[in-house]
Amino acid sequence: MLSSKASSNCHGQDSLYFLGWQVYEKNPFHEVENPTGIIQMGLAENQLSFDLVESWIRENPDVMGLKNKDGESVFRDLALFQDYHGMPAFKNELVEYMAKIRGNKVKFDPNNLVLAAGATSANETLIFCLVDPGDAILLPTPSYAGFDRDLKWRTGVEIVPIHCSSSNGFRISMFALEEAYERTQKLNLKVKGVLITNPSNPLGTTMTKDELQSLITFAIDKDIHLISDEVFSGTVFDSPCFISIMEAAMDSNLKRNTDVLSRIHIVYSLSKDLGLPGFRVGMIYSNNQTVVSAATKMSSFGLVSSQTQYLLSYMLANKKFTSNYMKRNQKRLKKRKEMLVSGLKKSGINCLKSNAGLFCWVDMRHLLCSNTFEAETDLWKKILCEVGLNISPGSSFHCSQPGWFRVCFANMNQSTLQVALRRIKDFVERSSFNYQQNMGSLSRKLISNWVRKLSSADREEQER
Amino acid sequence: MGLLSRKATCSTHGQDSSYFLGWQEYEKNPYNEVNNPTGIIQMGLAENQLCLDLLEPWLMKNPDALGLKRDGISIFKELALFQDYNGFPAFKRALVDFMGEIRGNKVSFDPNHVVLTAGATSANETLMFCLADQGDAFLLPTPYYPGFDRDLRWRTGVEIVPIHCTSSNGFKVTLPAIEQAYRQAQKRKLRVKGVLITNPSNPLGTTMARDELDLLINFIEDKQIHLISDEIYSGTVFTSPSFVSVMEVLKDRNLDQTQVWERVHIVYSLSKDLGLPGFRVGAIYSNDPVVVSAATKMSSFGLVSSQTQYLLSAMLLDKKFTKEYMSENHKRLQKQQKDLVSGLEKAGIRCLDSNAGLFCWVDMRHLLKSNTFEAEMELWQKFVYHVKINISPGSSCHCIEPGWFRVCFANMSESTLKLAIQRLKSFVSSIGMNSQGHQELKSLRRKARNNWVFRLSLQSFYDREQDTTTKVSFSYRPHFMSLSNIAATLDAAA
Repeated sequence: MLSSKASSNCHGQDSLYFLGWQVYEKNPFHEVENPTGIIQMGLAENQLSFDLVESWIRENPDVMGLKNKDGESVFRDLALFQDYHGMPAFKNELVEYMAKIRGNKVKFDPNNLVLAAGATSANETLIFCLVDPGDAILLPTPSYAGFDRDLKWRTGVEIVPIHCSSSNGFRISMFALEEAYERTQKLNLKVKGVLITNPSNPLGTTMTKDELQSLITFAIDKDIHLISDEVFSGTVFDSPCFISIMEAAMDSNLKRNTDVLSRIHIVYSLSKDLGLPGFRVGMIYSNNQTVVSAATKMSSFGLVSSQTQYLLSYMLANKKFTSNYMKRNQKRLKKRKEMLVSGLKKSGINCLKSNAGLFCWVDMRHLLCSNTFEAETDLWKKILCEVGLNISPGSSFHCSQPGWFRVCFANMNQSTLQVALRRIKDFVERSSFNYQQNMGSLSRKLISNWVRKLSSADREEQER
Repeated sequence: MGLLSRKATCSTHGQDSSYFLGWQEYEKNPYNEVNNPTGIIQMGLAENQLCLDLLEPWLMKNPDALGLKRDGISIFKELALFQDYNGFPAFKRALVDFMGEIRGNKVSFDPNHVVLTAGATSANETLMFCLADQGDAFLLPTPYYPGFDRDLRWRTGVEIVPIHCTSSNGFKVTLPAIEQAYRQAQKRKLRVKGVLITNPSNPLGTTMARDELDLLINFIEDKQIHLISDEIYSGTVFTSPSFVSVMEVLKDRNLDQTQVWERVHIVYSLSKDLGLPGFRVGAIYSNDPVVVSAATKMSSFGLVSSQTQYLLSAMLLDKKFTKEYMSENHKRLQKQQKDLVSGLEKAGIRCLDSNAGLFCWVDMRHLLKSNTFEAEMELWQKFVYHVKINISPGSSCHCIEPGWFRVCFANMSESTLKLAIQRLKSFVSSIGMNSQGHQELKSLRRKARNNWVFRLSLQSFYDREQDTTTKVSFSYRPHFMSLSNIAATLDAAA
């Protein structure tokens, strides 16, 4: 007999989010070899700026070859380096890079940084440190589908959603926050924290200073933690500019509460900004020394390969490279997003206004045959199997309103995106033609029934 | 301030043990042949540093492996995006071939049954999460690797119940010992989910005999539980008897394709054989597809960097290289072990007869003032602070007999090993020498007693608490006393 974790579904991977990937894997689109295959629009990856990274690598062969500035091999040192405090040079560069992304409005201390094998590992570790099994954390919906696995599966923690809706652009209202808190208490669960993703996945929006400060005030008031998953912070391509939770906490009013910084924790990763998910570089940043200490020990379960720490410490140390990369990457993301948004608009489909992320939050409510999640799933299936696009349905992000989909744009080239847009256009046109046809035949049916009813009513009248 | 979790605030991470404290002391004053010749020599770290010079020329001859190129063309993008938790196919194929070779090709492994993890640390914890629930127990023969207290228990909530092994039979696992451990678990109302063995053993440095493996297989068959065989030292077997994996025994007994086949799981890693702990390459091997499936999903929490998977797939695919490497590796390990054993012998210290591993299990019982763990701690303190050698006391490995120490030999040069042996020799002669020495030691003991809080840290091992009938609550582990306090007081006295 196995553990309950191994035999249950709480890994959360039975969701449509992951199912779509599986269907895609069986028939993946390829411009040349499989032009009718499924286009992957459910994977939030940044593939737009590899050329910049690759040219850096070409210019720095020694770093790849694990040699130092003097051309000497450091292989031996790296092969043996398994210190869970992480490579000092790498952490120093990381905190500078993180500060740069935040316009240098915040400064980070490398001693408060804990490395982890990706944000997946960082998030789970943070939950292990802050929350006991059976306790709860509040999460605004819609939220990243992977959180069901990352935050709950092995930790035994409950997630309680903070319902956000399109009525206010899915922003977190104090009302929704309080409502979620009360709901949790009614369930006899203890709330230990709130976890936000900022910029948001799947919304692609950044939070305002006011929103962040309200959350901080809430956390202080309820004596709970606040985790800000900022993995997409380097993908902010448009105004408003990114405001980190740390920056919001630095406000003089909140700073008076001396332990405010001990309850705020950031998760970050190089998977989204630099487009390096395969290298498994994530991190936790906390001003709470107990958290840093426990998380550091826990990072033993997911350390970053020293080979990778070495490569990236050099890459990030090159400030000219990082400035250039950030600027050009953001420009490309913006352009690609605009292409998706305008293309969808031509098909009569609107997106939530966004300024960050690798995806758009798309409003397809008008394409549902009924305002239900069943209808949403039907639409998702049609788009996956008939149209050949793997997009992610809002239900897999626990959205409380049917009809929203997350559509990724940064993991493909321009021509593939154009193919995708064309397919959507054809689908929408087909659907509305069929709708009209159906409506036409339906109305004809209705009219003939009505006529029949009328004539039978007349006869009845005449017979009375 | 919102409270943290119990896990963050308790000491179940097990890192308050003397095993880790010794490392900390070493870090403060590390030996260096040139810069710090009177510093502490690290003999508490089971690392293989003897053959890194063989890897470097290979890297030079195969620049594409590090340069992330295939046939001269960059595949950087492909690797940078590769985060498939099923692992790099070429790497898994190369890994199972390598594992087969280590076992003399008497077993072959299927790459589809391998789950890659960030080191054996991650592999062991993941297997616990897959096989046991919080409050369940695994039986472990003692002495065992101190890190298991953290790796198997901390975040999983699983309990470890020891199978006591003793020097009376060379610390081999016996049926009475296993049954006694099982009964002990039942008394504590713990559900036993399996047995975990380390073969070759850490800290013993010995490989398990076929009859021991038979015994274990019969036991798990009878109780319908799991068997995890941590075989991370399988590539360090440097002399006979040759390594016999539990998989080989199952095959020989025609137990493959039976139920018990699916309940035996192997953990492996490249940290000890290839000496690459920094690259974080571990693996779980299981014949149970449900375990493979669950563990694969869980590996999301500790995937191996694709950059590293690519490098090592190229290296392991070079069969000529791996064969030569393993042969030379064994030669050097054997020589270094022999040097340590004979050096210790000249100081009147015997080691358990061993044929594998990166350490010796050393018998220092005759150097104890009394047959107690307090005396063992006293001796250990002397080694660290006066002899300036960090070795690991048997109590940190949960050994039930005081006086045994694990001494590593593969993480240093020949000359450093010679120096360490010399220091030990001088120390032993000084003990045996004169009553003045005895007086000094007596006064040291008095001082130590005044400074220490003698709340017998060593009775804190739950496995020694005879009257523990209730399950120790997860949040509280009566643990090693704060040895950092001891260190601080001795520092002050010094």
